Amino acid sequence: MNPMRLRGLINKESRQIIRDPSSIGIAFFLPVLLLLIFGYGVSLDARNVPLALVVEKNSPQAMSLVSGFSRSDYFLPIPMRTIQEAEQAMMRRQVDGIIWLRHDFAREMLTGGKAPIGVIVNGVDANKARLIEGYVTGVWFNWLQRMKKAMGQELKIPVTVEHRVWFNAAVSSRDYLVPGLIAIIMTLIGAMLTSMVVAREWERGTMEALMVTPVSMKEVIASKIVPYFVLGMGGMLLSVLMAVFLFQVPLRGSMLPLILSSSLFMLTAINMGLFISVAAKSQFVAGQIAIVITFLPAFILSGFVFDIRTMPVVIQWLTHLVAARYFVDILQTLFLAGDIWPLFLINSAWLCLMALVFLVIIRKKSRKLLE
Amino acid sequence: MNEKKTGTAEDIVLSVSGLSKHFRVGKRTITALADVSFQVKRGIVTGLIGPDGAGKTTLMRLACGLLLPDSGSVTVLGLDATRQPLAVQQSIGYMPQRFGLYEDLTVQENLDLYADLHNVPMKERPDRYDRLLHMTGLAPFTGRLAGRLSGGMKQKLGIACALVSPPPLLILDEPTVGVDPVSRRELWDIVYSQVKERGMSVLLATAYLDEAERCREVVLLHEGRFLGQDTPQAFSSRLVNRTFTIHPRGSGNRRQLLRQLRDHRETVDAIILGDALRLVTRTSMTPEEAAGIFAIDPAQWQLEASRPRFEDSFIDKLEREKEKEGGGGSGLRAIKAGAVQAKGDGPAILVRDLRRDFGDFCAVKNLSFTVQRGEIFGLLGANGAGKTTTFRMLCGLLPATSGTLQVAGHNLRVARAPARARIGYMAQKFSLYSDLTVRQNLVFFSSAYGLSGKRQKERIRWALESFELTELQNNESGELPLGYKQRLALAAALMHEPEILFLDEPTSGIDPLARREFWGHINALAAAGVTVMVTTHFMEEASYCDNLVIMARGQVLAAGSPSELTARFSTPDNPEPSMEDTFIHLIETFEQQEAATGKTTGGRP
Repeated sequence: MNPMRLRGLINKESRQIIRDPSSIGIAFFLPVLLLLIFGYGVSLDARNVPLALVVEKNSPQAMSLVSGFSRSDYFLPIPMRTIQEAEQAMMRRQVDGIIWLRHDFAREMLTGGKAPIGVIVNGVDANKARLIEGYVTGVWFNWLQRMKKAMGQELKIPVTVEHRVWFNAAVSSRDYLVPGLIAIIMTLIGAMLTSMVVAREWERGTMEALMVTPVSMKEVIASKIVPYFVLGMGGMLLSVLMAVFLFQVPLRGSMLPLILSSSLFMLTAINMGLFISVAAKSQFVAGQIAIVITFLPAFILSGFVFDIRTMPVVIQWLTHLVAARYFVDILQTLFLAGDIWPLFLINSAWLCLMALVFLVIIRKKSRKLLE
Repeated sequence: MNEKKTGTAEDIVLSVSGLSKHFRVGKRTITALADVSFQVKRGIVTGLIGPDGAGKTTLMRLACGLLLPDSGSVTVLGLDATRQPLAVQQSIGYMPQRFGLYEDLTVQENLDLYADLHNVPMKERPDRYDRLLHMTGLAPFTGRLAGRLSGGMKQKLGIACALVSPPPLLILDEPTVGVDPVSRRELWDIVYSQVKERGMSVLLATAYLDEAERCREVVLLHEGRFLGQDTPQAFSSRLVNRTFTIHPRGSGNRRQLLRQLRDHRETVDAIILGDALRLVTRTSMTPEEAAGIFAIDPAQWQLEASRPRFEDSFIDKLEREKEKEGGGGSGLRAIKAGAVQAKGDGPAILVRDLRRDFGDFCAVKNLSFTVQRGEIFGLLGANGAGKTTTFRMLCGLLPATSGTLQVAGHNLRVARAPARARIGYMAQKFSLYSDLTVRQNLVFFSSAYGLSGKRQKERIRWALESFELTELQNNESGELPLGYKQRLALAAALMHEPEILFLDEPTSGIDPLARREFWGHINALAAAGVTVMVTTHFMEEASYCDNLVIMARGQVLAAGSPSELTARFSTPDNPEPSMEDTFIHLIETFEQQEAATGKTTGGRP
């Protein structure tokens, strides 16, 4: 590599980044936007679930159960007179569940201790339905306990489950989503941005002029990696700062593994972008390919939202080809658990391997030819 | 041609032998170059001349080591371009068709980049930059982004970048496409200054045949084949006693005469040039013999010998090639257009004080002209002169900011739809559906113009027959050669028998034969009473028009018939100025005036 040529190319690339609002946009605006959307808009927790409470006949027992639901943070009870009314509200998606206390609720309870309560949950969103079911059962047990105590009896429930959640004690999905999201954002910056800037050179005919200079492809590749690495790490820093200070996600790990793994992943993502640009000579195609082969797999198969261990085995194998998977793992661990070196090293080794494989393919495939 | 073998290796900078290159496009294989051999001599400008698709760009890319040949070899400055591409790239300067500039870098930054890439030592740079910037006139604009330069200035910056490390061989791929004539002339000055000062060798590709005469030697390419190499003078001299000009004496109809000449088998080429006609014959003859052979009425016309031009010899060569292949010279037959009944009286197009603003930018101002029915009217101007804006307003695609605009008797500002029904429009890129067949395109366009049933069938049959598209009717239009695409586009614009036909740069990129044929159709249409309005950047095509206006920066610089316009600039030195001389003169005068009145500060942006 010739230092003068390399410096010239890197200068050129940096100037283009500074003058092109779209690169700055992808590197800094996009992370902010995505983090805000996912941080505030998307939540996998159920809170303030609208719930129809059908009390056919008022009684002290019914009232105390209703107050149990009202006190809960998870529910927003809406009193209704008839089950028909409640069902209609469910159809209109005004409520996500129905609690149905029949007119004989109090009588049955006092006489036979068998008080039937109807629970109907909207199962369209299975995840949410399960959550609601669990919360309803929780409220129900609490109420039972209170009732039995009030009536001077011991509660006869065979097993009481005591939950204890590790690493994310509040079971806040945000703490879990935000670190994964950073990996997705890095994939976008690295792969989409680089593949598109190379395609732009093809589109505008500058690549042809560049090739008829003594420049070598090694220099061209290096001149793309260096500036976009710096830009991507800038985006990374911004994302981490937002995660820690805006979303209050705990960062339990230390800086060194964070910096090391981010650098490694940034390099992998940029190499993926350059790999795409070997095939795609127009910005439109490059953007599309980048989304389909990097962004979407990173979103779906990285374990960012959907747990890899619950996937079919074949898909689990497939996830090994998704670089984001390793970085998501590293980031989630670093943020929520701390420095766990064995995990960090295995994942980093995978990232290293991927970065190298892509680099070798790029070197092999990018020749100074127009065909 | 026989002298080319005698050059020693020292005198040859580029040597091509047995070069072939094919490309695969889908299922088809396109032959870009077929067994081409020639040599380029040191220290002169060699022109690589041929229409689009001749293989010029492929050849240059092969010479730069950007493509690998299927067979044959390219040797550049003694180096094999296929085996030692890096060494070749180190020693040549190359400017691709789109100049290869970074539009988001400034003029200075582009120069710096190419200097870095060519390893130009720092201490040599100030001096080098100085000279290049001075030569190209870019010195006042070093801080301007390349994307904000005019086409001509971009092209000059492109050249400057290619010259930053003075190469012994400069390769320029169509450097003058889309650039106004003034900038074209300046570019040639730059090229020649390099040849003179540094003894640089230059290989320059162009589709403009008039530029061939500026080269010391030309290499002719057509459809990937080598047609010959010689000095332009030698090419032209083969046509001595075969080129004639026919001036009007009485009131003879020159379109009729053109038809008569074209139908004659002794004719190689016949075109209208202003008031006169130009004729190229198959064999040499005296003017008296020619007048006899072509049965020219001496009361109406005066036939005299004229100087052969390079273009004549190119047409001649192409015609002969065609004959060798057995394809008859049918290209010159013109369509039979049904006479158009003039609906209403008055001029076809009337424009008064037309103005169009885009924000605070005035694209067209104080535009006034009149086009008579059955006239071919030209709109001439460099890129950005306001031609396209004017055209769009005339077609009712863009409302005027102010002024009067009448097309076919309808005021376009109040009655756009009835006016549109009477006009046909052929856009620059032909606007055909490339994945539909020829017939499907015709069906589509005729229905779009509201034709149906028997009349639609009749018009489609007419189009297929008169444009000789019957055999190709089931081919996808995207796969047609450029000349046929153009025929189809013209046919599509004529489906509803419009009174007025608008043609936006109809002939850019097609070969001179197809261009001739196209003008044959246009002349036939005009003879049948269709009014034709055309924009062009080919200066010689302007002479095919009856009347024209020359525009610059949204204003009319001059209007009149081609002969009136050129006569205005006749000087003792240059008694018969060409259209291009006239154009350049007008533009330069205009710019001096603008500069004097302080409207602009330094050069065109």
